[in-house]
Amino acid sequence: MMKFSTLMRKPADWMQGAGPHSDIVVSSRIRLARNVRQIPFPGWATKDVRNGVLEQLKPEMEGLPEMKDGFSSELEKLSSIEKQVLVERHLISREHAAKSGGSAAVINRKQTISIMINEEDHVRMQAIRPGLQLNATYELIDNVDSELEEQVGYAFDGRLGYLTACPTNLGTGLRASAMLHLPALVLSEQINQVIQAVHKIGFAVRGLYGEGTEALANLFQVSNQTTLGDKEVEIIARLEKIVQQIIQHEHNARVKLLEESRTMLNDQIGRAFAVLRYSHIISSKEALNLISLIRLGCDLNYYPEEFRAVVDLLLMEIQPAHLQIEAKKKLSPEERDVLRAEMTRRKLKMLPEPDNVDNSAASGPASDQLNHPDDE
Amino acid sequence: MLCDACKKENATVYLTQIVEGKMQKVNLCEACASEKGVDDPTGFALADLLLGLGSQEQVKKTSVEPTCDLCGFTQTDFKKTGRLGCSSCYSIFGEGLDSLLKAMHKGTRHVGKVPESYAETKNIQDQLENLQEELSSAVTNEQYEEAARLRDEIKNLETRLSEPQGGH
Ligand SMILES: [Zn+2]
Ligand SMILES: [Zn+2]
Repeated sequence: MMKFSTLMRKPADWMQGAGPHSDIVVSSRIRLARNVRQIPFPGWATKDVRNGVLEQLKPEMEGLPEMKDGFSSELEKLSSIEKQVLVERHLISREHAAKSGGSAAVINRKQTISIMINEEDHVRMQAIRPGLQLNATYELIDNVDSELEEQVGYAFDGRLGYLTACPTNLGTGLRASAMLHLPALVLSEQINQVIQAVHKIGFAVRGLYGEGTEALANLFQVSNQTTLGDKEVEIIARLEKIVQQIIQHEHNARVKLLEESRTMLNDQIGRAFAVLRYSHIISSKEALNLISLIRLGCDLNYYPEEFRAVVDLLLMEIQPAHLQIEAKKKLSPEERDVLRAEMTRRKLKMLPEPDNVDNSAASGPASDQLNHPDDE
Repeated sequence: MLCDACKKENATVYLTQIVEGKMQKVNLCEACASEKGVDDPTGFALADLLLGLGSQEQVKKTSVEPTCDLCGFTQTDFKKTGRLGCSSCYSIFGEGLDSLLKAMHKGTRHVGKVPESYAETKNIQDQLENLQEELSSAVTNEQYEEAARLRDEIKNLETRLSEPQGGH
């Protein structure tokens, strides 16, 4: 099995890999909720029952071909910082990290598949991939599910489908979500309109870490809210369509910013560069929001595009738990802010100054890329 | 003034408390006050006391709430947590759930993936149902050879159903 230190050293596949529409879609994620028949759900089960479920399920999951040489641990055996790292990488949920007795996480080597044992349901499994590839991501987790169903007697009902602790997950038990980077919609103040439109058709928009979290780094998660009454592929196709439309809106907003608000854009990206390159104390929130602007700069030819991978990794590396593992000790928030600034200064050293970019030269390629009718 | 609890002794302890925005008063004699634990004001809730004085306690004990045989989860637990206790709870609270499901989902019937073992069982059950019908019509039409053949087939399927399926 893979050690925690190895997992930590290797960035998850989705954090650095490129996929379709990677400029706007950071990752695609599909989660399935499953339970063992006739056994109380984790929230209602005694500790002994939860341990029994864990003992039954963990070896089955570790033995799946997909999970070979992966990471597997009971949550009790992880420090709170290690659990937080898994949350920051979206490998386990915040709710799961808060659990201890009888819960475990089993993660494959590439960190594309993770299985939570005894979260709200006995089994929550998810697949995550870079860019917009919801169908391929579903295929990945659907295979794991089909393998597991031979080993585990799933709680299933012909009418209600997969039975879950919360009725909101009944039926398919499927949550499909896409993490979108939407800086231009935020800068042009159109984001609330978009969010409301998405809500209206029954999909949810959340912040970086799910329910009730703030939209940091201009990152938004769009996901389905209904799980019963549609086939898996229909739910996914609808999300895909919505995401395609949001991508189009974000592209349009970027073109418009380049055309009409070039100076504001230069100023925002320039300030982000200055603070990240020269500050010595920086909070997580400020850093995330500024790194988001550098990412936008990479998409709009302020910076060479290859820097986007550096920036994407940095979004993860500056988060509290990742920083503390890097420092090999617990840090106070003040100490973290200092270390974070040190890291962003170092990692962005190679980034060319954005004001070296000639406006007219920059607008050329950027506009071509966005299919904007050039008036030069 | 008489004690609200025993209605015999003179009340010497006067209590006032705001419960759910309403002021409530109780007057007790010394003996009842100490019996109800009123001398420890931190551990005392007037609401509990008032409930204890009334007939509510008895109502609570005699009315039987729908409860899951398998896990002991009750309707009240569901109202409190919004979650169910186990998969069997759905067969007990399921009926009351329909309007809730209609409001929260696209439909009330699952149309997605089905576990293979479930699909197999379902398939056999459907076949059995058909065979039973054929059998009874064969019997009424006095086609005894056909009926015997059908009986064998039914027996076959029934043994397949009773075999344990899947791994462990
Ligand atoms: Zn009295
Ligand atoms: Zn139950």
